[in-house]
Parts: sequence; C-alpha cells; structure tokens
Amino acid sequence: MASTIIPTLTRDGAPARKASPLAVVCAAVAAGALFGFGLAWSTMIRPEVVLSFLRFRDAGLMLVMGGGVAVTMVAYQLGPRLLARPLLGGAFALRAAILDRPTVVGAAIFGIGWGLCGVCPGPAIAGLGAGSYELGWAIAGIGLGALLQGMTARK
Amino acid sequence: MTTGMWFPDGAFPLGWAHYLAGGVCIGAGVALLFLCTGLIGGMSTVYSSTWSWFVRRPFFQQPSLTGSRTWRLAYAGGLVLGAAAWFVWSGQSAWVAVNIPTWQLFVGGLLVGYGARLSQGCTSGHGICGLASLSRPSLVAVLTFMATAFVTANVVWRVVGA
Repeated sequence: MASTIIPTLTRDGAPARKASPLAVVCAAVAAGALFGFGLAWSTMIRPEVVLSFLRFRDAGLMLVMGGGVAVTMVAYQLGPRLLARPLLGGAFALRAAILDRPTVVGAAIFGIGWGLCGVCPGPAIAGLGAGSYELGWAIAGIGLGALLQGMTARK
Repeated sequence: MTTGMWFPDGAFPLGWAHYLAGGVCIGAGVALLFLCTGLIGGMSTVYSSTWSWFVRRPFFQQPSLTGSRTWRLAYAGGLVLGAAAWFVWSGQSAWVAVNIPTWQLFVGGLLVGYGARLSQGCTSGHGICGLASLSRPSLVAVLTFMATAFVTANVVWRVVGA
C-alpha cells in the first residue's frame, strides 16, 4: 500500500519549520494550474484520445507519461539532494509504498474503469475548465467510488 | 477499420509535439508542488479527502486525509484554472465536447474511484509520482492497470462499438 510519510526533521537534523498554510494553498493552485494546462494541451482531458491509445490507434499517451515522469523524476531525485528543505518550509515527503493485495486489486479495478470510460481522476476535473461538462458524470462516479471504498475499508 | 490492427495510421496520427509538451507541463506542476512544499501530488486522494468534511467515519477522519484536504482541493481548483487558461490560449472555437455515453462515464468513474483509492494511486499517483520515485509497487500498479485497461477498452470497443 502506498502512503505518504512526512518527516518531522529535515535532512540536516533541524526541526521542520512548517510552511504557512496560505503559501501552501497558493503553491498548490499554481502547481495544479500547470498540471491542468498540461492535461488540456496534451488532450488527455478528451476520453476519446485516451481510448484511442488503449485501442492501439495513437501512442501519444506514452509521450505524455514519459514527459511527465522525466520532469518529476528530476525534481524528486535532485530536490532533496540540493535543497535542505522545500522552498516554502516544511520537509520533503517520501512516497513509501509496499506491495500488497489492495494495491494490485485496486489497480486492476481502476484499469477496468479507465478502459471503460477513458477518464482518470485528474483529467475529469481539469476537463471542466475546458467546458466538458459531461465529465461531471465521471466525477460523480469517481467521488461515489471513493466514498464506497472508504465506507467498506477495514480500518 | 478492423479492431485487430495496431496503429494503422502510424503511432502519432494527430502529431506528437503537443503530447510531449503537455506531459512536460504536467511534470512541471508536480515538480513545482514538491520543490515548494515537499508534497507528493497525485490526484485521486482529493476524492477521499474532500469527503472528510462531510463523513464522520474514522476512515475519513485519518490525519492523512484531514491534514491534506485543503491543499488537495486547491490543487484540484488549479487543474480547472489551468485547463481554462489553455482553452483561452489555444483559441478554441467551442467547448471541448465529450462523446462518450453517460452510463460509460458514470460506471467507469465508479470503478476508477473505487479502484484508485483501494490501490492508493491512479495514473498520476502511481504513474507519475510513483514512477518518478522509482517505486517498485507503483510500477506493478501501473503495469496492472495498463493491462486491464487495454483489455477492457478493446472488449468494450467490439461489444458496444464506442
């Protein structure tokens, strides 16, 4: 199961000075806007394009994933080595994941849904910004699915 | 066009540059969030963390959800703003229409939401953040959902034709 661990000490051993909540929200909006611009530019907000990838008609999604992973990897791998702490304070989170049944079963179910509708969680939201109100149906489904998962989770 | 042929019109019939450029933008967004705040920005958690404002069940009151719900919702709001900025910048003449049947969007969405939250990651959480973290569990998750998505999309294509 993947979860995020936020250390309370920075790499140099000093207590992590928390970033101001307002600054974090501003950074999140700016980061989300870049993300959303990219989803729209790459046409990933159009389920038809995603489905044409899954049906071996257009390999574009590989370039989207490749470009996204490459840039993120540079930041994830070099950021904590070059900076003692994030620019706004706090500490770099680690994505700690162990391989267990829910990770694989959940991914299999996710893939079935993705193959059925061509929509994943980010593009469903971003598409609204380009006027694709039909994606509201996907958002409703994803929200209910997330609720169902939480209501039936053991812990 | 038969359903069995692979890439009958070439690998990139609609061009390739916008895919790569868009992907770099997506990565830049995830990278910006991490470098500024240290946070790992997958997109599926917002669908659980937002429920934490309304549902009292202990699952939804975990600190990992209540403590991240504000920035996650802001991050999701940014997605809408960014796509709207693209809409203006690219000079689209009409709203981007989605021609997938409603039931497919809703039922597919249900499975996407349930599965992503059970797996604790989606195309961005496992795909972008997980792979960029060199996480082996995320690699397994990505290969798993790619496999079931390929099969489902092709079966649905043959059965429903949409």
